[in-house]
Amino acid sequence: MTIANVLLTDDEVPFVETMTKRLTKRNLNITTAFSGDEALEKLEKDESIEVVILDVKMPGMDGIETLRYIKAKFPLVEVIMLTGHATVETGIQGMKIGAFDYLMKPCDMDVLLAKVGEAASKKRRHEEKIVEARIKEITNRRD
Amino acid sequence: MSKINRLETSYYKSLTRKMAFILILVSFTPMILVSGFILNQFQFSYREKIHAHLKEIVLKHKQNIDRFLIEKLSAISFLSSSFTFEDLCNEEFLKQQLTSLRREFGTVFEDIGVINADGRQLAYAGPFKLEKADYSEADWFKKAINTRHSISDVFMGLRSKPHFIVSVRKQYNGQYWILRATIDFLSFNSLVENLRIGRTGFAFILNQAGEFQTKPFMETVPGTEHDMFRFLKAAEKSSEQVYIVERKNALGREKIYAGAMLKNDEWLLIYQQQKHDAFIDLEHARNIALVILLIGGIGIVLTAIIFAKRMVKHIALADREKEMMSQQVIETGKLASVGELAAGIAHEINNPVAIMVEEAGWIEDLLEDEDLKQSENLEEFHRALKQINIQGRRCKEITHKLLSFARKTDSRIQEVQLNEMVEDVVALSAQQAKYDNVEIRTSLQNNLPTIHLSHTEVQQVLLNLINNAIYALNQKGGIIEIITRMSGEYIIVDVADNGPGIPRAILGRIFDPFFTTKPVGKGSGLGLSICYGIIKRIGGEIDVKSMVDEGTTFSIKIPVNIEGSPESDLVSDRLNNNQV
Repeated sequence: MTIANVLLTDDEVPFVETMTKRLTKRNLNITTAFSGDEALEKLEKDESIEVVILDVKMPGMDGIETLRYIKAKFPLVEVIMLTGHATVETGIQGMKIGAFDYLMKPCDMDVLLAKVGEAASKKRRHEEKIVEARIKEITNRRD
Repeated sequence: MSKINRLETSYYKSLTRKMAFILILVSFTPMILVSGFILNQFQFSYREKIHAHLKEIVLKHKQNIDRFLIEKLSAISFLSSSFTFEDLCNEEFLKQQLTSLRREFGTVFEDIGVINADGRQLAYAGPFKLEKADYSEADWFKKAINTRHSISDVFMGLRSKPHFIVSVRKQYNGQYWILRATIDFLSFNSLVENLRIGRTGFAFILNQAGEFQTKPFMETVPGTEHDMFRFLKAAEKSSEQVYIVERKNALGREKIYAGAMLKNDEWLLIYQQQKHDAFIDLEHARNIALVILLIGGIGIVLTAIIFAKRMVKHIALADREKEMMSQQVIETGKLASVGELAAGIAHEINNPVAIMVEEAGWIEDLLEDEDLKQSENLEEFHRALKQINIQGRRCKEITHKLLSFARKTDSRIQEVQLNEMVEDVVALSAQQAKYDNVEIRTSLQNNLPTIHLSHTEVQQVLLNLINNAIYALNQKGGIIEIITRMSGEYIIVDVADNGPGIPRAILGRIFDPFFTTKPVGKGSGLGLSICYGIIKRIGGEIDVKSMVDEGTTFSIKIPVNIEGSPESDLVSDRLNNNQV
């Protein structure tokens, strides 16, 4: 059992590759994307993704924009923003839009793992609540 | 630089000249026009007045003299009509008549005589022994015998004394006879002599030949007066039969002449006065006006020059201030672009560093799995990876510091905690300070209130002061102490060093723009002036105390309540909340 299903999105290919290796090794199920578009595509295909680690500064569609789409289409998916210091403001802006948290590059592995864990459990909690709500609805309907 | 200065000086000089010139022109033109016009008009009307006055005087005297002559003539005429030729030929009777005439007219009548048609004097009464005198050749007789009345010109005659004769022609037994009387020249002369105006004005009478009929008041040059008769004829004649003429005489003196014909156009009464004398009042007024004009002109010129100089000084000052301001703007812009560049570079470096650290981490991960535990170099691998990790983190820290300083340079007002800022700046300067063997100590008062001002600008001020202090300590190393404290409504930040101090001679100039003690090309000399500008703008004060060989302390006083609405910055609020 993996800790979480994570979509790692960053335009820096070597970074993504290494992180994938390291995170996989730490029991995370990693899917990768190298741009905002790709990330959305991946989310579309794979419903099991719980957490998106999203770089803010990307060519083409940047992190904030991607985040908006994700929050619009997949509201339950949690997003952790990955920023350089210069883009802390955008990271915070992302949090206002609905990101779970932001992390600064280069990030500490343990911190990242902890954040991913939290995000995943938050998502699961949400899902459970939804399920409960549905069950209630169904039971109510029966009554 | 000196060339530019020279150019500027000449620019300001020409500006001064232009301004002064325009001021002078604008002030002088109406003054000269108005005074010229007034002077001209005044001169004209004064001339008219003088001429009118002269005319009147001359006319009055002409009438006086004419009346005098007619009166005398009528007296004789009356005498000749009242008595018979025989009566008058009786000398005793004649004497009686002379006495009564004198009683009536005073001593005007000198003598009286009866002359027959041949020019022989038949009877005579008077002081001279002129009985039986023969006048047949005398000019006056020739004229008198041909007219009923005649008044002769003045002549010396037999008695060698100027006189003239009034005569009446009568007929007796078909023969003409003449009753004549001599008019006392002195009493006649007094009629004209009284006509005196000013210093040089006097009158005289000329006959047709241009000979004086009265004693001229002063020696006039006869030659010039001789043709006057002719000249006056040509001169303008007014309606009152008075001639007025102004001309220069042989001596170059301008004179005014006023003339009127007397005695049936036989004599000419001339009044002459030097023009200078006649117009003395006008000249006086003109001189005063000229003096006033001169003094006023000097005043205007001086005022214009002083005014222009002062104005240009103000302009130069404003220009210099403007230049300083634009220099500041340039400087700020430069700092901004440097900041942006630094931010860009730092961010770009972050990515590769992140990858490097991750790769090292990956190797570390792998090392744990692989069958390398027995490898003798395992420790070395671990050490090396740890070192990569540590150095990577160091890089990160440096780039982050750089980024935090070079965050977009803006003058947006934010909430600033001064102590934090001091620590940031100290951290940033620490590296440089270390190389220069300088220790930076901070002594910060807790619980300073947050203030609203531009993060970047205050950072710049602190950085400038610390850099200056480090530079001052450069040679020997030393200690920089930064103290923050509250004082009333102000937060005070002291930046003190124990360097060589600032000599008193230059202490007053250190805030001047472009003043620098650094070698050419090293410092712009703007640092302190920018600090000064920033602190002044937020209503604070910047002070310096310095003792040679003791050290220098810069004190910044920042008001806690800075005027203007603080533009609260949500991002930084959130940032602070998140990081706590």
